[in-house]
Amino acid sequence: MPAPSTRTPHPRERRIVFANIDRDGYTPDLDCYLANGGYEDLRKAVAMPRADIVAEVKASGLRGRGGAGFSCGTKWGFIKPDETKPVYLICNADESEPGTFKDRYIIHQDPHQLLEGMIISCFALNVHLAYIYIRGEFPEGAKLLEKAITEARAKNFLGPNLLGTGFDLEIYVHRGAGAYICGEETGLIESLEGKRAYPRIKPPFFPAVLGLYQCPTIVNNVETLCNIKHIVRMGGAEYAKIGKPNNTGTRLLCVSGDVQKPGYFEVEVGSITMGELLNDFCGGMKPGRTLKAVIPGGSSAKVLRADERYKIKAKDGDGAMVEKEIGIMDIPMDFDTMAACGSMAGSGGVIVMDDSRDMLWVLNNLNEFYAHESCGQCTPCREGALWMRKITDRMLSGGGAEGDPEVLESVADNIAGKTICAFGEACAWPTQSFVAKFREEFAVRATKPVPQATPPEYLSEALTGGHA
Amino acid sequence: MQIPPTLLTKIDEAISHYPVSKRSASLPLLHLFQEHFGFISDEAIVWIAQKLELEPINILELVTFYPMFRRAAAGKHHIRICRTLSCAMAGAYELKAKICQTTGLPCDNHANGNHGGPAVSPDGKFSVEFVECLASCGSGPVCMVDDDFYEEVALDDVPKILSKYR
Repeated sequence: MPAPSTRTPHPRERRIVFANIDRDGYTPDLDCYLANGGYEDLRKAVAMPRADIVAEVKASGLRGRGGAGFSCGTKWGFIKPDETKPVYLICNADESEPGTFKDRYIIHQDPHQLLEGMIISCFALNVHLAYIYIRGEFPEGAKLLEKAITEARAKNFLGPNLLGTGFDLEIYVHRGAGAYICGEETGLIESLEGKRAYPRIKPPFFPAVLGLYQCPTIVNNVETLCNIKHIVRMGGAEYAKIGKPNNTGTRLLCVSGDVQKPGYFEVEVGSITMGELLNDFCGGMKPGRTLKAVIPGGSSAKVLRADERYKIKAKDGDGAMVEKEIGIMDIPMDFDTMAACGSMAGSGGVIVMDDSRDMLWVLNNLNEFYAHESCGQCTPCREGALWMRKITDRMLSGGGAEGDPEVLESVADNIAGKTICAFGEACAWPTQSFVAKFREEFAVRATKPVPQATPPEYLSEALTGGHA
Repeated sequence: MQIPPTLLTKIDEAISHYPVSKRSASLPLLHLFQEHFGFISDEAIVWIAQKLELEPINILELVTFYPMFRRAAAGKHHIRICRTLSCAMAGAYELKAKICQTTGLPCDNHANGNHGGPAVSPDGKFSVEFVECLASCGSGPVCMVDDDFYEEVALDDVPKILSKYR
């Protein structure tokens, strides 16, 4: 990977996880990490009782940064303190949600931060064997992580009897091979077991009960694990003061698409609005262009239309909850408001589209992605994702038939909620939201008359001459 | 098929990373074989299966499932271009056309599931593949030549980048 261009953080950013990203002279080596206070939080953590670390993580209110936003403390709480089976921890570094590119920088520029977060988490959960599942398209990242593990092992931050605590831990890097579905945690576990990445049925058993090798397993995103280190340093209560209640900490937002300056920003959750993100942080739209639509949390998140109005609940001046109507530019970038607006904060990948973009072309691009990435286990998703792509592809090349938008909707409606994993929703939501919100654009491309299902000459009366 | 001792050492090292189940080493072994031989042959599938005490179908089903594995050789240098939304908006399709034109390759739109191996340029130097999101959406269009990563690739940069590999 060529040297990344160094960027000065925006004054309104609060860099915690990204503190060392794009810093002049900062290298991914252990020496550099140690010179910047590295592994001090690990020393603090190993002196704490295990239950206290878990309690701090619960108190921090940290929500998973992979996409679903599930409470990290609650997930950890599923591991029984008196568990007799081995417990495993897997770092999900299969970053592949279109629009998301945050973990790439942590892995390539600050791998020891991730390792320290992981080692602390393993200590807290009594894990002796952990894996980093990194996507196959990050060969350089895999090498950097392997080097970081070797360095950390040589200094006894890792390995048998780490830091003289009597605690043994091994971490290995496991490379994926180009399948998006491996980002789904049970698909990832299957893949790590050496099988096709077919997600497992849940409930009843979540990975925290039956995960890798049928043992309790915690799967956490790269950004989530990095945050663990900072929670140990600050204390859970202090960390919870960052951001907003139920939306604590910082968030890495990745902006791509039609803005002047795309990029990544670390901000307190909910501290900025969509408008501030696009205008102040990203320099606004390109000259002469206006905003048309935003996908706010990775490609699976439902699209937001620029002229939509959203009803949300917010505190008024007296602290009472009132219903408020806001435009897209006033949406605060947090988990709960984004959900209230009918989309999701997801993985933090914001894709911006201006008025030059054809929404059918955009949807077709996403449909091609989902059709390619469906693992093929469940019929609605395997067939439906491809069917939706075929329809948008045909519409795009001028063959849109009357009723195509309705067929698209009916196919999407029959995928969401009818599959083993959330890929079903992920591939249905773009189609559902694009067709519903830009109906006029789809309608003008769906004009060809639909041919009769059975040509008249094959109808039974014609074949039998009316003597059936 | 000759397995050189250096590769064998790497294979045994990889298997040692999975003390609970050798089967977990199947993806790492496939990576090692593809890096060394350029693709996954029938012999390789049988060899890996025996090594991990599995049936060959257990390995074949991985080769056909994971997009990165191929059954036939690619060019000496394999180029992956990101196709997904942010890169497409930044000009990924134009970039692919330019790379195909420069290397003399056919420019069909999606090498969808090209497990049989991608098309190789007449001189055998290059093969090109459209891949899904490479997770660098803010600096599109992006591509990889072998393990080297290139961001914000302008069409005019293409001959210069490719000349490094000629």
